[in-house]
Amino acid sequence: MAKKHKWKDLLYDPLNENNPITVQVLGICSALAITVKLMPAIVMALSVMVVVAFSNLIISLIRNYIPVRIRIIIQLLVVAALVILVDQVLKAFAYDVSKQLSVFVGLIITNCIVMGRLEAFAMGNKPWDSFLDGIGNGAGYGLVLIIVAFFRELLGSGTLFDKKVIPQWLYDHGYVNNAMMLLPAMALITLGIYIWVQRAMYPQLTEKH
Amino acid sequence: MELVNIFIRSIFIENMVFAFFLGMCSYLAVSKKVKTAVGLGAAVVFVLTITVPVNFLIDKYLLQPGALKWLDPSLANVDLSFLSFIMFIAVIAAMVQLVEMFVERFAPALYSSLGIFLPLIAVNCAILGGSLFMQQKEFTEVSEALVYGLGSGIGWLLAIVLLAAIREKISYSNVPAPLRGLGITFIVTGLMAIAFMAFMGIKI
Repeated sequence: MAKKHKWKDLLYDPLNENNPITVQVLGICSALAITVKLMPAIVMALSVMVVVAFSNLIISLIRNYIPVRIRIIIQLLVVAALVILVDQVLKAFAYDVSKQLSVFVGLIITNCIVMGRLEAFAMGNKPWDSFLDGIGNGAGYGLVLIIVAFFRELLGSGTLFDKKVIPQWLYDHGYVNNAMMLLPAMALITLGIYIWVQRAMYPQLTEKH
Repeated sequence: MELVNIFIRSIFIENMVFAFFLGMCSYLAVSKKVKTAVGLGAAVVFVLTITVPVNFLIDKYLLQPGALKWLDPSLANVDLSFLSFIMFIAVIAAMVQLVEMFVERFAPALYSSLGIFLPLIAVNCAILGGSLFMQQKEFTEVSEALVYGLGSGIGWLLAIVLLAAIREKISYSNVPAPLRGLGITFIVTGLMAIAFMAFMGIKI
């Protein structure tokens, strides 16, 4: 049966050493497409956090009643129901952002973080632990998203939260925004560099290959 | 002509991987060898070509505002579009299961080569993404949805085979240690995406 988990580990591990994106390689699809600006990235991070935490909680509560053979469908249904809730809330209270996120809210259903944590953790652990694990992984995902979005918005359009932060005198001296950073391709390269920096700082994460 | 346009666009210009980053998880996990990459790619083409038109019909005749009119005129005001996520994912999971059984029965050779990849596809974001983009594009004919599904699948196949070929070569070169594996794969994919942007200017 489940071993004792420390709450602190459950919350902090996924932020760095067991980060869902850079170490477990989960949930990359959506991580890249919506990091042009900070605002949608933060909304996306929060939505994923809510969905992972609550689907973990629900699946963990009913984990002893789920027949093994059809567990994927049950998990998908729970996740889909939660995503519909999140989508409707976003449409009601943050319509502009939900337009920018477009299909990517729906794609949280197939975000591998959600399925991955359900399979790897919630199916064999107590509800409260699973809930914390969901919050931790959602936060780890959000952290990477926000860092990538920060650099892309700062270097790409010279703004943060749509407010100008690069002073005008820099532009007067010939500074130009790097429009490359706004292209989807640069999200991949930014994330590649992020992984490089992270692994250079924590050599134990380096792949042997 | 319109169909050819959709087909070419969905392969090159709106490539699932390079423009929308869909299906990245399996794209990164299964691209170590060209052979397995071809297997998974073929399975994705197969499933996308089936699920996108099926979901198109479901969207058109069940979910859209007023779509239930064919059943009874009094249902013209019913809007079930909030159900689309759950409907699409259920269709995808069911179709994957069906396709798996059919392939196992009628094409055992194909089944053994696709093997474990088929069930995995149900949770591949490229498949659900295909259906959601189809909904957003507001196609009018089922043939358009069919061609869009086929094209997106081929685009994905192309991307994963290209990456697998590059990764096979990269394993012989001296990559800086912290960049090995995931890091270099991201950067390679980024460079490939930049290359694919060359297609953006093309008007058909």
